Amino acid sequence: MTLFEFLEPAFMQRALLAALVVGLCAPLVGIFLVQRRLSLMGDGLGHIALTGVALGFLLQTNPVATAVIVASIGAVVVELIRAYGKTSGDVALAVLFYGGIAGGVLLIGLSSKKSNVNLLSYLFGSLTTVSRFDIALIVALALAIFVATIILKKPLFALCHDSEFAQVSGIPVKLLSMLLAVMTAVTVTIAMRVVGLLLVSALMIIPVATAQQISKSFSGTRILSAAIGAFGAVSGVIASFYLDLAPGALIVVLVISLFIFSIGFSSYTRRRSLRLQVR
Amino acid sequence: MQVKEALEVTNLSVHYPGRIALDNVTLGIKSSSVVAILGSNGSGKSTFVKACLGLAPIQSGKVSIFGTDFSHFKDRDRLGYVPQQIHDSMGIPATVSEVVQSGRLSHGWLRRFTRDDKEKISHAIEVVGLKDRENDSINTLSGGQYQRTLIARALAGEPDLLFLDEPTAGVDLATQNIFAEALKHLVEGGTTVILVSHELGPLRPLIDRVIMFREGRVSFDGSPDAEAVDSHIFHDHPHSSSKPAEGWQI
Repeated sequence: MTLFEFLEPAFMQRALLAALVVGLCAPLVGIFLVQRRLSLMGDGLGHIALTGVALGFLLQTNPVATAVIVASIGAVVVELIRAYGKTSGDVALAVLFYGGIAGGVLLIGLSSKKSNVNLLSYLFGSLTTVSRFDIALIVALALAIFVATIILKKPLFALCHDSEFAQVSGIPVKLLSMLLAVMTAVTVTIAMRVVGLLLVSALMIIPVATAQQISKSFSGTRILSAAIGAFGAVSGVIASFYLDLAPGALIVVLVISLFIFSIGFSSYTRRRSLRLQVR
Repeated sequence: MQVKEALEVTNLSVHYPGRIALDNVTLGIKSSSVVAILGSNGSGKSTFVKACLGLAPIQSGKVSIFGTDFSHFKDRDRLGYVPQQIHDSMGIPATVSEVVQSGRLSHGWLRRFTRDDKEKISHAIEVVGLKDRENDSINTLSGGQYQRTLIARALAGEPDLLFLDEPTAGVDLATQNIFAEALKHLVEGGTTVILVSHELGPLRPLIDRVIMFREGRVSFDGSPDAEAVDSHIFHDHPHSSSKPAEGWQI
């Protein structure tokens, strides 16, 4: 047995690459959702992605690609409801949650029975079944999200910190909000093979909440959360190889452990700095 | 030909479900003037500012900025805005400098910051007296320091027309004095300032004109030295009331 035995199987190489890019990108989008108080948006769009996966089964197209399209359309609809409808953001999200699950279950019912088993791999993640096409799609989309979050860092920060000020400054608030929603939908869909649709929001939000305990700047929180996401995702996949447990659940448990540690660390440093001030 | 009116509002009405927030308001504000908008809570003064900036739904009427209808006004770098804000200390951490940087986005929201942008940002932080806190998280600031950060954000954009919605609400006298100094600096540069407030305080010497709102209409328009202004401040100052005023920011 070698130290890097986990790198030998081809499926593990694909799984680690997928985990790395998804772990990096999910918090880079999640930070804007947390800042905008839309932490549960990833969950809502995850449910819509389920309809996309089911539609992929029904139409016998690639479920990941179909889910990207369906979740992106769902994201645009939610933003339109938020911007122009008389419905608040959380009601729009609730409609997504239930509509997405119902659509997924109905479409699965219309497709072959074998799909029920496959559906579980999307709900809870199944990195070992990631195909070459899936990995190419995941890496390409993750790269696009990574670049977009770098280019749009400042206007997205302005929008999420104070949308009225951003609007007065001439930043296209509605367009950027829609873009953020679509970026969330794409992130959710590419992350579903890694952690599963039911746990996808955790990888977007918990690394951000962890970094928030330690960092004092937005840039610092952004970089640290991406590092925590990548570390958690890659470590979870490696651990799953040796422990023969579901990688999605292991990744989420790992990042939650880091979050708990960060709370303790932050509390200790705060107390220490207070003690030093008193002296 | 230079446009004399920085802001021109004609028959402006804003209706919210069940109430009329602004009722057929018509007024003009000259370039390089400093105008205070006073009124009690719910009088329509903040709605007026929001309607002028496209942040409130206009029922009828027209808003022109530097002679251009607001819906066609593209020179957003000429506009500045300090919103009425309640400080949230639990959000994502961001430094004072990061927040103030947003003020330069009105000059182009997709471009990279130049050395000039960085100098303007640094200068704005200095003007509001937060140079020693520029790398500190806004989550560690007091309400007054946070308000100063928002003022620096507006100053960083070097606006020609600046709207301030209760910028000195709930801040101490020292902060009000720093704000008055910052405002003086702007006024000397020719910026038109529209300031919503409950009180004039240290800003009084800078104010050219006072417009008072009552039930969505202009109830007074004249000199800051007029008796009506003092009488409003005496009666409507939130701290002079025996009951706590609604919406007053601490």
